[in-house]
Amino acid sequence: MSDQSVKKQPAAPVKVWLPIVLFAWILPGAGHFYLRRSGRALLLASAITLTFLFGIMMRGAMFQPMSGDLLTTIIYTGGFISDVMSGILYLLTVWLGYSQPEVAGHVHDYGTKFLVAAGLMNVLAMVDVFEIVSGRKS
Amino acid sequence: MPKVNLTHFEAALLFALLTSVVLGVVTKKTDKERLLYGLRSFGYFILAMFALGWLMFFGHG
Repeated sequence: MSDQSVKKQPAAPVKVWLPIVLFAWILPGAGHFYLRRSGRALLLASAITLTFLFGIMMRGAMFQPMSGDLLTTIIYTGGFISDVMSGILYLLTVWLGYSQPEVAGHVHDYGTKFLVAAGLMNVLAMVDVFEIVSGRKS
Repeated sequence: MPKVNLTHFEAALLFALLTSVVLGVVTKKTDKERLLYGLRSFGYFILAMFALGWLMFFGHG
């Protein structure tokens, strides 16, 4: 690879990207709206919100951080972090008192995975916002 | 909030659809590339679902 093709982008200052990325975390799709990518914002907001709502409607369980053996710690702490990454969707759900215990059955199990997936999708959206703000992507 | 009861197939299909939309939107640089990537990723999800479904069917004997 030649030197010209690996030209490094200057890093955007933290005070420029951090507020927008935090905004994107709190309100899924809001970062893209703020950056005037309305179409993509609408698609992201719809997909993330629908995934989260289906998770709730399937009565998925929210993870709580738990320590123990390595696998338990990874699954429960990772699951908790992923749930929190849904931003206002997670916060509202918890504030409104949603508390679903883990129940056997494939529908509940899918629900739990949908809730985690919504948070991970929002992480992808936040990374995309960061790349747009940094000028690495249009 | 109403409760929904989906089959394995319906839940997996819904998951594939919503995940493909997000993957398509955040991965590529032009709208055409995004659409194609989203469709391709959805196709791969469906393919994997059927492949794993048959694998489990034969695995159970």
